[in-house]
Amino acid sequence: MEQVTLTEATLLPAAGMADAGQWKLMVWRFRRHRLAVVSLGIVVLLYLVAIFAEFLAPYGPDLTRPQYTYAPPQGISFVDHAADGALSWNPHAAGYDITVDQEAMRRTFTPNPDKIMPLGFFVRGEPYKLWGLFSADLHLIGPTKSGEVVYLLGSDRLGRDVLSRLIYGTRISMSIGLVGVVISLALGLFLGGISGFYGGIIDSLIQRLIEVVSAMPTIPLWMGLAAAIPLTWGPIEVYFTVTAIVSLLGWTSLAREVRGRFFSLRGEDFVTAARFDGVGEMRIIFRHMLPSMTSHVLAMVTLAVPAMIIAETSLSFLGIGLKPPVVSWGVLLQDAQNLRAISSAPWLLLWPALAVMVAVLSFNFLGDGLRDAADPYGD
Amino acid sequence: MGIYIAKRLLYMIPTLFGMSLISFVIIQLPPGDFLTSLVSAIADSGQGLDRASIDRLTALYGLDQPFYVQYWNWISGIVFRGDFGWSFDWGQPVSRLLWDRMGITLLVSGLSLILIWLIAIPIGIYSAVRRYSAGDYIFTFIGFIGLAIPTFILALGLMYVSFTYFGLNVGGLFSPEYEGARWSIAKFWDLLAHLWIPVVVVAISSTAALIRVMRANLADELGKPYVTTARAKGLSEFTLIMRYPVRIALNPFVSTIGWVLPALISGVTITAIVLNLPMAGPLLLRALVSQDMYLAGAFILIMSVLTLIGMLISDILLALLDPRIRYQ
Repeated sequence: MEQVTLTEATLLPAAGMADAGQWKLMVWRFRRHRLAVVSLGIVVLLYLVAIFAEFLAPYGPDLTRPQYTYAPPQGISFVDHAADGALSWNPHAAGYDITVDQEAMRRTFTPNPDKIMPLGFFVRGEPYKLWGLFSADLHLIGPTKSGEVVYLLGSDRLGRDVLSRLIYGTRISMSIGLVGVVISLALGLFLGGISGFYGGIIDSLIQRLIEVVSAMPTIPLWMGLAAAIPLTWGPIEVYFTVTAIVSLLGWTSLAREVRGRFFSLRGEDFVTAARFDGVGEMRIIFRHMLPSMTSHVLAMVTLAVPAMIIAETSLSFLGIGLKPPVVSWGVLLQDAQNLRAISSAPWLLLWPALAVMVAVLSFNFLGDGLRDAADPYGD
Repeated sequence: MGIYIAKRLLYMIPTLFGMSLISFVIIQLPPGDFLTSLVSAIADSGQGLDRASIDRLTALYGLDQPFYVQYWNWISGIVFRGDFGWSFDWGQPVSRLLWDRMGITLLVSGLSLILIWLIAIPIGIYSAVRRYSAGDYIFTFIGFIGLAIPTFILALGLMYVSFTYFGLNVGGLFSPEYEGARWSIAKFWDLLAHLWIPVVVVAISSTAALIRVMRANLADELGKPYVTTARAKGLSEFTLIMRYPVRIALNPFVSTIGWVLPALISGVTITAIVLNLPMAGPLLLRALVSQDMYLAGAFILIMSVLTLIGMLISDILLALLDPRIRYQ
């Protein structure tokens, strides 16, 4: 053994391309795609937000305050300008005066430059249970004076904090993408696998099925399936049904890709060799063929997530997907459904829309980078 | 060519069958059948329905039959008599509600497709010829943004911008004064003034993908020897690119209709709901919410079939443009 390592070391001295393993080559390749690296960071960040939602959100998602309906977003700044031009560290949010218009029955918020709301990090606030397990009351950011309420991204028609709801919504929306893609992957691998491995009649049958599903316009089809969810179902059942619906129609492209891979791998020498060795079919598929397409499948899976996020958002927005009290980006957008709502409170549309866009774009770029890296021996 | 078309038509039959089956499953999916909701609706209005009439209705609609018999009743009605069933919500035959709405949905989809081509082909050519230039990056970036915004958010955003900054209310297809008016030049102009918004909204989301296809197709062609030959013979760069590689790159581009169409119909459906346009979308949503399933199923079926016909047309066009396809 020792001798072998020694020869390898002498033959390939530089820690260069020559002796790098396949995965190492992929990592190098991936790093060249700058946008993909940045996107990976954003995706990780989004999932961290989803995991630590309770700590990051200043308030609970359902905390209503009738005296602060449609409060506009407050500007935030970290330094104080003293009269002599000196700067000092003092994070605060811009304050406002509230006047109640008795006739129109609505509040108007006028910014008041003299009023500021001091903010602090790691402040104690509303108690919560992290992951439903640990009791805590520490929040990343919040007003230092007790009794003050800060709406960094504005509030909705019930005076709930949009920032907090957005953070909690991240948990649902991002996890639907993840769970959905796992279901799609299982279906795609299974059907694409047997289609590409066996060929013949099974292949044509599955190909017809894929053709039918991918030729049907997705949104009407999703709507048709989602509308069958009984109104009496609880939030958890609805969540999983919506996820299943969304993934049921996303597996076709995965199945196609897997089938293509199987077709090209079927003729490879290592598969023929395994077959001559008397290896069983299942073992050939799982031990020899599937591992060699892992990187491609990973890229496809990443590229499938955005469609699921958009699907969930669209269905919930139409009112036939997730429903309150569940908070997802799509549910948040329901509040921005008509012109009156968005013209009086544009932040209800802006922030959830931005979250969807950032998530979708990051997954797209990340998937692009992974796809390029999946074949590190290309040009 | 005739043989190719005939073969292609034959291939459509199993797909059509699959689509009709899925549509029928959607009709059957909600718990209980429409008779249950009918009976409860009648009970709500104060009148009772006796057991005998319920049984008579059950037999009339074949609800006591197994799934395949019900499916056959439904599909044979559509194929042989154009009868899509009865809409309980509207108290009318489904076929009477269907075609107006589908017509305008199709019009918007078609216009969007044309707009997508008008944008994607020139930009794709530019991006392929000037690859990795600033312009290429800018178009790619804008394209990606278009890809990332769900259609309904785009529609909402456009509605907000045109209302706050231009004072326009863009919902609906006509201004109130033309709503019930007879067709005239002025009404037609009014329609166009409203129609461009859904057309643009729907087009934006699919344009990015087509720019990339065009760019990749053309980039493949540009490196080929015949291009160098033509350049060596002294053709001007513009004539050269337009006359040879672009024509070849357009061939596979035609086949993109196939996968753009489902996305277009999807986009039109949700845009119509947001902007409240008298198209298939809002009616479909209403039918689904009120469990008026024959109407909903008919919409889903017709949308799918129209998409399939679009694909057929694109395949035939491709075969016309590229003789190699016909002889495979």
